[in-house]
Amino acid sequence: MVGGRARGTVMRSFRPINFLGMIDKRTGMVGDKSHDLHGRRLAGSILVFPNGSGSSVGAYTIHSLHSQGVAPAAMICERADLTVATGCAVAGIPMAVATKSEMDVLHEGARALVDTDAGILEVES
Amino acid sequence: MQLTPDEEAALSGRHGDIMQMAYRILAATGEATGAERLVPVEWVHLSGVNYNTIGDAGEEFLRSIRDRARVRVRTTLNPMGFDIDSVGSYDIGEEFVRKQRSIQESYAMMGVETSFSCVPYDIFPMPRPGSQVAFAESNAAIHANSLDGLHTNKESAFSALASALTGKSPYGPLRQDMPPDTAVEMAVPDPTELEWGMLGYFAGRVCEGHAGICGAERPDSRDCKAICGGMGTSGTCGRFSFGGDLSGREKVEFGPAEAAGIRDELNTAEKGDVIILGSPQLSFGEISNLVAMLGGRRFAKRCMVFCPRVVKERAAAVGYLDVLERANCTLLADCCACLTPLVSAETTDSVTTNSIKGAYYLGHSNGVGVCLKSLSRIIREETI
Repeated sequence: MVGGRARGTVMRSFRPINFLGMIDKRTGMVGDKSHDLHGRRLAGSILVFPNGSGSSVGAYTIHSLHSQGVAPAAMICERADLTVATGCAVAGIPMAVATKSEMDVLHEGARALVDTDAGILEVES
Repeated sequence: MQLTPDEEAALSGRHGDIMQMAYRILAATGEATGAERLVPVEWVHLSGVNYNTIGDAGEEFLRSIRDRARVRVRTTLNPMGFDIDSVGSYDIGEEFVRKQRSIQESYAMMGVETSFSCVPYDIFPMPRPGSQVAFAESNAAIHANSLDGLHTNKESAFSALASALTGKSPYGPLRQDMPPDTAVEMAVPDPTELEWGMLGYFAGRVCEGHAGICGAERPDSRDCKAICGGMGTSGTCGRFSFGGDLSGREKVEFGPAEAAGIRDELNTAEKGDVIILGSPQLSFGEISNLVAMLGGRRFAKRCMVFCPRVVKERAAAVGYLDVLERANCTLLADCCACLTPLVSAETTDSVTTNSIKGAYYLGHSNGVGVCLKSLSRIIREETI
């Protein structure tokens, strides 16, 4: 959806992310106490989550994370949404939608290589 | 997505870097919505205005494009961080005011009408039914698709900006007559706007694009606004309807147990120090209704009322502004309860509100406790 190549460690969430409401735009810290990534920092991760949710302004949050140098290296979602797709497009963060079976191998802590132009996803188990 | 030769040229940078950025955003939007082509839009409503939400990176981004970027269609704007009439009475730093001014100036230079409202459907004449628009504010996009007969994707701040700069938007499923994907049954008896807001919040989580609501007739405009606000907060769902054919759809019940679950999640205080109304901002009709409901009584604590500037001006012209000020209300134009620096954890422990959208952002982003009550209960319990 947004082309590019990144390598990093998978940060896996099973809950949608409202970038405006849940993420500190300066630090990339997940502030929502009820979220499964609460207290984690997104910087440099391969962020794998179901989809973005909520405010349209979350796209600016993604741009801000990138400007501050605390954005994920890539994002992989189950379902496309405009906030995540366009935030990544402006910030130049590789972003793709994965199939169910691809999502199953993207478990927390795995090392992954993502190349969204070439359609490559490699996971070291 | 199929692009015309001219659109391809813009994407490859032949019409300058601003157009290239806009078409990159539209290309990502097209992929995300599965659209096959771009269509013209006749009105764009932008989000990404409040300095509290877009921050330094957003302010710098807008400043970097404002000399070269011009909107091609009528474009209106979401609320900013404060009401200039009263900003001096709040503890808002000089830097915030300066950066907010810069954002306002950037949008004005691009040709945007600085309406500072999250309820364009309440203050502007609506285009004829069937028109294509691009609304970024989530409650307004849902309102447009569900109640105004218009068509918009559930745009992001950037997809709407790209549409403003090009006059086009991907022809996604919400722009076509997308049928309901899930049936949501209202099973809470005698719902107020609070329960309708909760239903919207619930439906936003369980429906992908279009929620078919059954078990109740379509409620009044206040309740419908509450559905829009709640739904826009929780999910990606961009439309709801009442009374359509829902045969063959998965049916999910929204009953007292589901409402209690949402209350557990969002109601974090037993009482509020301040009452907050207007998330989304109140229309003139809702302000008139508030005056009538008060019936001469006044709030026992301060009540902040958020509304568009045209509504505040009209309220002043007919005398409601004075009536409401005597009732302990402060009318605030151009801003909204969500993420305004006027309500922060440094000055406020907790608030009382009837808005699910307000409760979510006041709790998560402003960082204050929230006590949820319907408007009629607020008036019954919190006036003297």
